[in-house]
Amino acid sequence: MSRRGRVALTQFAIVLGLILIWELGVWAGLIDPFFFPAPSTLVVRIGDWMSTADFWTDIGITLLETVLSFLAGIGIGTALGIWLGLSPFAAEVVQPFIKMFNAIPRILLGPIFVIWFGLGLTSKVALGVTLVLFVAFFNTFQGVREVNPVVLANARLLRASKSSLLRHVYLPSATTWILSSLRVSVGMAVMGAVVAEYLGSSAGLGHLIAQAEGVLDATGVFAGIIVLSAFVVVLDAIVDCAEKRLLVWRPAPAHES
Amino acid sequence: MGRPRLAVDLRDVMIRFGDFTAVKSMNLQVAETEFVAVVGPTGCGKSTILNTVTGLLKPAAGDVRIFGKSLTGLNGQSGYMLQQEGLLPWKTAHDNVGLGLVFQGSSIAKAREQARPWLAKVGLKGFEERYPHQLSGGQRKRVAMAQTLIMEPKIVLMDEPFSALDVHTRRLMHRILLDLWQADRRSLVFITHDLDEAITLADRVVVMSAGPASRMVADVRIALPRPRDVSALQTTDEFVALYREIWSLLGAEVEKSYVTQG
Repeated sequence: MSRRGRVALTQFAIVLGLILIWELGVWAGLIDPFFFPAPSTLVVRIGDWMSTADFWTDIGITLLETVLSFLAGIGIGTALGIWLGLSPFAAEVVQPFIKMFNAIPRILLGPIFVIWFGLGLTSKVALGVTLVLFVAFFNTFQGVREVNPVVLANARLLRASKSSLLRHVYLPSATTWILSSLRVSVGMAVMGAVVAEYLGSSAGLGHLIAQAEGVLDATGVFAGIIVLSAFVVVLDAIVDCAEKRLLVWRPAPAHES
Repeated sequence: MGRPRLAVDLRDVMIRFGDFTAVKSMNLQVAETEFVAVVGPTGCGKSTILNTVTGLLKPAAGDVRIFGKSLTGLNGQSGYMLQQEGLLPWKTAHDNVGLGLVFQGSSIAKAREQARPWLAKVGLKGFEERYPHQLSGGQRKRVAMAQTLIMEPKIVLMDEPFSALDVHTRRLMHRILLDLWQADRRSLVFITHDLDEAITLADRVVVMSAGPASRMVADVRIALPRPRDVSALQTTDEFVALYREIWSLLGAEVEKSYVTQG
């Protein structure tokens, strides 16, 4: 069997073992199902949810919030990163403010965004954006600054204009950095959306979990967390695909073959 | 007059960086279809001269004339091939070759169309879709060469372009370069520290003194017949005689550069 196959099998065995121990523990009365509901009841709960339209609406809303905050965050962060990357003066001026803003635990902004933008979509996207923006910004900034000087000199010698340099040299160079941080960004976007929903909303996966928690329904909370994990895994796979397609020009890392 | 025009004409050019005099007095004349190699010990300001011809550096004294006109701003008639890798890693071979055309406003499809025959000229037919990391060092150099030459510059400047290659690949590059130059002769200034390379390629070899404050020590005409056979040439008596003659001048300068650099 291939190494990959063996790894997958081992992983599967570990998960299966843990679930079995958990399930049997609940059956045997060793684990209190009030705090740790049996896996089988979680499966039933998720199954119940999936048969309701509300659940799919919740997923749709969280997905929309995630995508919007991801795109807006990447857009703003990239623009900011390019601007500051190309203008050392502006970078020096703005740097302390950015550091300060980045030091604020973003979760704390959630309630403020709810006050500003209400319980709807906007406050969720706003929180997501503040999280994604910095990841995108720092990576773009770095990408623009670390453009290979020889490549840059060569492009200049081929008489590239400023806009050509931006389009053909700076942006692609930054793209590799942005892409390598894409997975973190997606995680941030999901986190922003779910936390904001949790803090106050009328729909979404965060809302679902908050509701279950409100009635001390551990089954609901666990089921919600599982759904959320599956959600992130799917998004991650999509990002992985996008990354592979966009970085075809890059040599494969030595340890992969 | 009957003599070809001067493409590059440096007269008593002095280059300074602050208080540091890199080049004290340089006189270099390159005719329109002439291949001139500049040799000198490391740190003698060879690259500085190319940067002056491109217009990236302004001389502190002296005159830079391009086709008879004093150079102001950047030289619009020169193409510059750097020593180090300058290809865009995210563009395929033919997109890299056509890069200068795209910078001049040509569409990407059109630039590709024009790049194709140039890739064939440097022997890379079939490698159009390869990314730089999928090419060998020699192949990347050929792409870079095509990238410079596709712009059809009247003056081609090359700064130790093949110094990082192994001997065999370098010889192949020499053959390709000479073939291209023979087919479409323009003025070419080739910087190198390798005397073999200089004599093999050039019509004239210019020897520079050790830096700082370097100057021209000698200007030797290489009367070897063209077209030249790159591999057979270096064992001929004429070649060896020229090598001895120039090395007697260059060797002394190299010794001096050892002393000043410790």
